[in-house]
Amino acid sequence: MMKRDDCLRVIARHVTDKDIVAPVYSTAFDWIDIRPSALNYFAHGAMGLASSHALGLALGRPDKRVIVLDGDGSLLMNLGTLVTVAEAAPKNLFHFVCENGTYEANGGHPIPGRGTVSFAGLARAAGHKNVYEFSDLKIFEQQVGAILSEPGPVFVCLKIVSSGDQERDYTRLHGAPVRKAFKDALDAG
Amino acid sequence: MSAGSSVAGETTGGLSGESIIREIKNSRIGFVVSVPDITTSEGLLRPLAAQSEPRLVRICKEDEGVAICAGLAYTGQRGLLLIQQTGLLDSINAVRGIAVEYSLPICMMVGLLQKEPGVPPRQSKSYGVRIVEPILDAMGIAYHEIEQQADVAKIRPAIDGAFAQSKPVVLLIGQTPS
Repeated sequence: MMKRDDCLRVIARHVTDKDIVAPVYSTAFDWIDIRPSALNYFAHGAMGLASSHALGLALGRPDKRVIVLDGDGSLLMNLGTLVTVAEAAPKNLFHFVCENGTYEANGGHPIPGRGTVSFAGLARAAGHKNVYEFSDLKIFEQQVGAILSEPGPVFVCLKIVSSGDQERDYTRLHGAPVRKAFKDALDAG
Repeated sequence: MSAGSSVAGETTGGLSGESIIREIKNSRIGFVVSVPDITTSEGLLRPLAAQSEPRLVRICKEDEGVAICAGLAYTGQRGLLLIQQTGLLDSINAVRGIAVEYSLPICMMVGLLQKEPGVPPRQSKSYGVRIVEPILDAMGIAYHEIEQQADVAKIRPAIDGAFAQSKPVVLLIGQTPS
């Protein structure tokens, strides 16, 4: 099992200044400290919709890589996205799911299907061709660069544990200035 | 369009799907994002699916579409969510957060299932139709009834206005387009 923030640091080493990254909930609070960027995109009250926001971004800006950092509880709220993304097939969309088996941002309650559901299996069954699953940080570290160079859509399940306590100031994610900075950065190139 | 036009529905008191699609294109919509709706299935969705532009993105559930249109809007692309009012009602939280609180130009074309032609939505016998406009009023979302052919002229200004003001708009399709 990997710590989430360790995984995110590994991903961050492969993210360029031109990439859009859409993290959700607990992952978002780790990510904004690991890799602050105006091109971080935060989906309001995501309710599983981060990958759908990302699909719109990917279709609208095919010149940019769009990397979603989703949660397992979030994905369960919007499983249809796996089918929609597989059919739309954007070559620039990379969907990472941090699987810790809990609704971490809402009290740490277990997700339904914890330990039973296979997110990689769901992605394959939905039509995704490039699907990966990692529970070992060293192996993930060796392979993530190549995975992010593949044509999308790509789906990656990361078996993780929490990074620990977080200060969750949602204004850091959802404020109007954050949205304006994102739009300005996107318009700039 | 002049009287005597051959475009189906334009001279009959009905609603021409062809003219609606024309206005969608004139509104520079690049992506139609849709869950099928029985009111607009044959007159809008099927002909749109047969065309390469705007690109049709088929989705599994309507709230996905709200988010996809949001992503598109940030990139400067125009999306149109083509759904049924049941899907709009199912997506209220996404519309609340993404379209209203984030003030994004989410444009929704919504077929009114079971609305009687010629009857204003608020006077429909269908509860699911009657509540749509009051809910949109409560959310502060602009909407336009597209019931007769003359209403088609509302489409482009409504979509242009939504993008100019970065606000959502709903176009309520009140009868089956030909």
